[in-house]
Amino acid sequence: MSDVGAAIGISLALATVRKAVPLVFASTGGFFSERSGIINIGLEGMMLFGAFSGAIIAYFSHNAWLGVLGAAFVGGLIGCLHAFATIQLKANQIISGVAINMLGAGTTVFLSQVFIHGERSFSLAPQDRLPALGPFLPLTYIAFGLAIGATVFSYYTVGGLRLRAVGEHPRAADTQGVRVNRIRFLGVVTSGVCAGLGGAYLPFFSGSFAKNMTAGQGFIALAALIFGKWNPMGALAASLLFGFADALQETLQGRAHLPAQALQMVPYVVTMIALAGVIGRSIPPASIGKPYEREVTEAST
Amino acid sequence: MRARGVSLARLVPPFVSLLLAGLVATVIIALLGENPLHIASVMISGSVGSFRSLANTLEEATPLILTGLCVAVGMRSGLFNIGGEGQLVIGAFLAAWLGAKLPIANPILHVVVCLLAAGTGGAIWAMIAGVLRARLGAHEVINTIMLNYVAFISTNYLVNLPYFKKPGQIPQTFDIAVTASLPRLTFVYKYTRLNAGLFIALAAVFAVWIFLARTRLGFEIRSVGLNPLAGRVAGISVVRSMIVAMGIGGFLAGIAGAERVLGVHKHFISPFPFGYGFAGIAVALLARNNALVIVLTAIFFGALASGGAHVDMVTNVPRELVTVIQAVIILFVACDLVLRPRGRSNEVTTSE
Repeated sequence: MSDVGAAIGISLALATVRKAVPLVFASTGGFFSERSGIINIGLEGMMLFGAFSGAIIAYFSHNAWLGVLGAAFVGGLIGCLHAFATIQLKANQIISGVAINMLGAGTTVFLSQVFIHGERSFSLAPQDRLPALGPFLPLTYIAFGLAIGATVFSYYTVGGLRLRAVGEHPRAADTQGVRVNRIRFLGVVTSGVCAGLGGAYLPFFSGSFAKNMTAGQGFIALAALIFGKWNPMGALAASLLFGFADALQETLQGRAHLPAQALQMVPYVVTMIALAGVIGRSIPPASIGKPYEREVTEAST
Repeated sequence: MRARGVSLARLVPPFVSLLLAGLVATVIIALLGENPLHIASVMISGSVGSFRSLANTLEEATPLILTGLCVAVGMRSGLFNIGGEGQLVIGAFLAAWLGAKLPIANPILHVVVCLLAAGTGGAIWAMIAGVLRARLGAHEVINTIMLNYVAFISTNYLVNLPYFKKPGQIPQTFDIAVTASLPRLTFVYKYTRLNAGLFIALAAVFAVWIFLARTRLGFEIRSVGLNPLAGRVAGISVVRSMIVAMGIGGFLAGIAGAERVLGVHKHFISPFPFGYGFAGIAVALLARNNALVIVLTAIFFGALASGGAHVDMVTNVPRELVTVIQAVIILFVACDLVLRPRGRSNEVTTSE
């Protein structure tokens, strides 16, 4: 009996980590963008681009690692698009994010049908998938390493200090000689690369690409970032919590009286509660969402 | 800064954005090895080429008018309501529930009750985010996104309960009663799903226009949207304005959901047909949040949708081309590539 319990416990723990990986990637990505002052609700679309490009490149090149690299590259490109629109052209950051999500949903299915002859989903042959490293895919270790690296970078290096400074008080950073918009651009592109990697994890994990396969995980990653109070370790912990809720939901399916939907709702509800300040308030970076313009000497609002 | 009524000059940039988006679409189609002119002609015949196509276009435009208004009213108060999707789903579910279960013999009364319930449900759903924003400063964008998913997941739970679920494999509710159905406009085309909801949507446009332009509360909402600080100094309740604006938006999105159920699908299904809420953002942006112009932009996107479906059917170009075009239009309008006063950031931004 206790052996069964232990077995379930171990499989639940493994599943938790596996479910958390794409969230860890994307929420760490969100950290780089949002901490620099650029809202990124386009994480969902960036992940979808990553999922598709990772899968399609592996499909045709028979090289999974090339797919991973391609996903990071395409994610970065979409990050460039978001950065160019919001920083250079001062487009509304939320609208640009919404557009990127639609672009991801449309383009990936469109291209899938073009490349795979009318199919909205396709499977990867076993040899085109990433080989497991121990109990997990290699991307798992990269994800956790990335979150730790982001923490070290942000809180122990000059670059990290600059990243946080341009998100909190860009004018002060500017007077110290920090190139505000350059740092923001790099932050947003980095977020695209991370989200692309998080997206690439999905087809290598499931063995296929499917239409809209991210299914809201980009938004859950955003939730993890907020619930984790806009820092990488917090986001990592939140990703694991949300991963656990998801894993538990699958384990319990059909076994318990608790409806699966109650656990599916956890990330969204706890994020709203955290944002409202009921359990330790999440406070966004002070200058998030505001474009920075050097020429203006008097702040108008 | 904002002229009263429709200023034609303000509509030039969106128009240029449309042309640019058309150019992008042309390039994509050409890269696929198809003839862009041929695709365009198929698109046109599928959207306005016959009474049948025209009816399809207007049928697609109906919910877009309402979700476009939803976004526009929020934006006018300085809030970004991107929760139209979830508010629509809540409205759709309530309409399907009451449409199937309420024993009301009078068809007009039955429809009105369903519409009001759907609108109220959507309004409450949106006002959760409105209250959180106005009272606690919690960002409405994040909360409306979260509420979208809470709406999808909770209706998915409800629809599977025996009380609601029509027996069978598909998670859908019982069909609504005949008395709850919105009559279809069969005089346009015999088999159309276009229904009287179109007139409800048009009435909503008129009501929102009057409300924003001619009422005290409408004026207050616009003032808060332009400058919350000045509004507060002038004695306007910013909290009330924000909550009311979100509520009206949610009400309209809820009605859009009811229209889909009472006029088109006749039941609620999970997941509910997706995308009208997000497309509403494109509709409102392109119309610069002007209620009257929204009718035109909604019909335009309706035409894209019905034309795109036709293209999907008769050529090798997948219908997702339409989603791509929509996204490109949003991006171009947001970037506001032309005619922007130098040194001023984009005015569609929600004020902070």
